[in-house]
Amino acid sequence: MENMQYDTIVIGGGPAGLAAARSAWENGLRSILIIERDRYLGGILNQCIHNGFGLHHFKEELTGPEYADRFISLVKETGIEVMTDTMVLDVTPEHDVYVSNSKGFEILHAKSVILAMGCRERTRDSVGIAGTRPAGVYTAGSAQLYMNILGYSVGKRVVVRGTGDIGLIMARRMKLEGAEVLACIGASDHPDGLARNVNQCLEDYDIPLLLRHTITEIRGKDRVEQVVAMQVDEHRNVIPGTEKVFDCDTLLLSIGLIPENELSKKAGIPLDDRTSGAVVYENNETMVPGVFACGNVLHVHDLVDFVTEESIRAGKSAAEYVLGGGKQGGEPLKIANGDNVKYTVPMMAHLDKLEKNLEIFFRVKKMFGENSRIVVTQGDRQVASFKRPYMASSKMEKIRIPVKLLADVSPEGGPLVVSAVEEGGGANA
Amino acid sequence: MREVICIVCPKGCHLRIEETANGDYNVSGASCERGIEYGINEVTNPVRVLTSTVKVEGGSLVRCPVRTDGSIPKSKIFECMEEINNVTAKAPVTVGDVLIEDIAGTGIALIATRSVS
Ligand SMILES: Cc1cc2nc3c(=O)[nH]c(=O)nc-3n(C[C@H](O)[C@H](O)[C@H](O)COP(=O)(O)OP(=O)(O)OC[C@H]3O[C@@H](n4cnc5c(N)ncnc54)[C@H](O)[C@@H]3O)c2cc1C
Ligand code: SF4
Repeated sequence: MENMQYDTIVIGGGPAGLAAARSAWENGLRSILIIERDRYLGGILNQCIHNGFGLHHFKEELTGPEYADRFISLVKETGIEVMTDTMVLDVTPEHDVYVSNSKGFEILHAKSVILAMGCRERTRDSVGIAGTRPAGVYTAGSAQLYMNILGYSVGKRVVVRGTGDIGLIMARRMKLEGAEVLACIGASDHPDGLARNVNQCLEDYDIPLLLRHTITEIRGKDRVEQVVAMQVDEHRNVIPGTEKVFDCDTLLLSIGLIPENELSKKAGIPLDDRTSGAVVYENNETMVPGVFACGNVLHVHDLVDFVTEESIRAGKSAAEYVLGGGKQGGEPLKIANGDNVKYTVPMMAHLDKLEKNLEIFFRVKKMFGENSRIVVTQGDRQVASFKRPYMASSKMEKIRIPVKLLADVSPEGGPLVVSAVEEGGGANA
Repeated sequence: MREVICIVCPKGCHLRIEETANGDYNVSGASCERGIEYGINEVTNPVRVLTSTVKVEGGSLVRCPVRTDGSIPKSKIFECMEEINNVTAKAPVTVGDVLIEDIAGTGIALIATRSVS
């Protein structure tokens, strides 16, 4: 390995890393390295064997492994280098990348770095369930790995805590493999996952959905024997006397994902409290020059197609950074979340670097009905407005603001604010 | 009248399906043709794409993910699962390989969704 200096190093070989690397290649970079700690490329998609991927990007409905396969092929037909079974231990703001694999420890250097490490699951500790610690308690994602990749049978009588997409998909998967799924339990008054997954995973299989409940206790010595669920009020406090006991051998936890940002923290990259991902500009560059982020490491996505789109932009930006000698944009415009919006990505935009549109991803805080809109304002002036029926916090939203609507917007005018409003109810802009 | 959420794409349109006097169906709320087809199927003959895994022998992985190469009737899902659980693929497998030609008499094939060397 004489060439220790790369144009760009991509950390993570999931859909984000693959699309970013391919895009960096298409935009002119020639020495590109993808580093993946697993044996295979493809990331989390390898265990997501269900269909529902690629409808936007490929205009056909693929399963996770098929979607990954398309991108692995796109990478293989280029000169992009791949290191699998290799763990990145550290990244520095100067773009040194510390790696470890069976050959030992090595420090690589790159002109730019693309962070694409994905996310990890929240565990039992993050919801504080009391009781014993028997076998049979899994995060939904690890159960998915055991079943779909390693081929183990996970359990026979199952309760799922959490109504996120992975939980819903695993409830169906366990049922198909012959298990009894006693309930899918969520604390809020609506499921956290996409409506289509409630429909095709729970309703199709008559799996009961128990809302406004939480698991308060796990019982069992060596293996889970029972779990206790209790009703909660609107402040999520348990209501005494509402115990429901389930006889089960397995509890799956699907209680959310957190971007995997240990490396980013060590590199001194500023993170955003709302997304738990890096603060980024419109081109996916973090506040450390030459370091870019995309995919689930930046914010948790529910659609891989959006991951791909964002990662293509990150790869292109890395190429521009390297080929343009690290030129930075002017004073950035701040972007803020307004009424009913949890966060925005990006958080800042260089107006002078925009091509056709300013693209903003965000999530809303509650369910919206048919007559809802997204409104973008600066000060008391409305910049743009988009009709958007049935928004829900489970579904990431995206808007594209044409550059011509931003003609009168400048950083001095204060932040650009993205809000969600429902006609006939609530404040209007 | 039935209200269902379209599962064909992630947009998740809210469909309303009404039977008309002459026995046809009227679907409202769909943003595209596929939603209309889904809505009518949902009240006449609901269909799904089924995904699972099959055992692999002699490969770098022990399971190979699979799907039906088209929609099958919802009522045949568990019958299909039985057939899937009786199949063993021999490595190497390539994405798209047909593992069962006609699963549970549906006329639909079962195909591999990952290559296993
Ligand atoms: C259970 C589940 C179901 C889903 N269902 C759907 C669906 O139906 N339709 C849809 O469109 N989307 C779905 N998604 C969303 C979509 O799959 C994800 O958003 C997407 O896979 C994220 O891609 P990524 O590349 O950012 O992360 P990942 O796929 O997680 O890839 C990150 C990679 O980085 C590697 N890595 C991390 N840290 C290091 C390190 N230090 N060194 C080296 N490598 C490292 C990891 O091993 C991993 O391979 C689902 C997601 C999950 C989890
Ligand atoms: S009606 Fe069309 S756009 Fe709407 S969810 Fe169904 S397939 Fe998607």
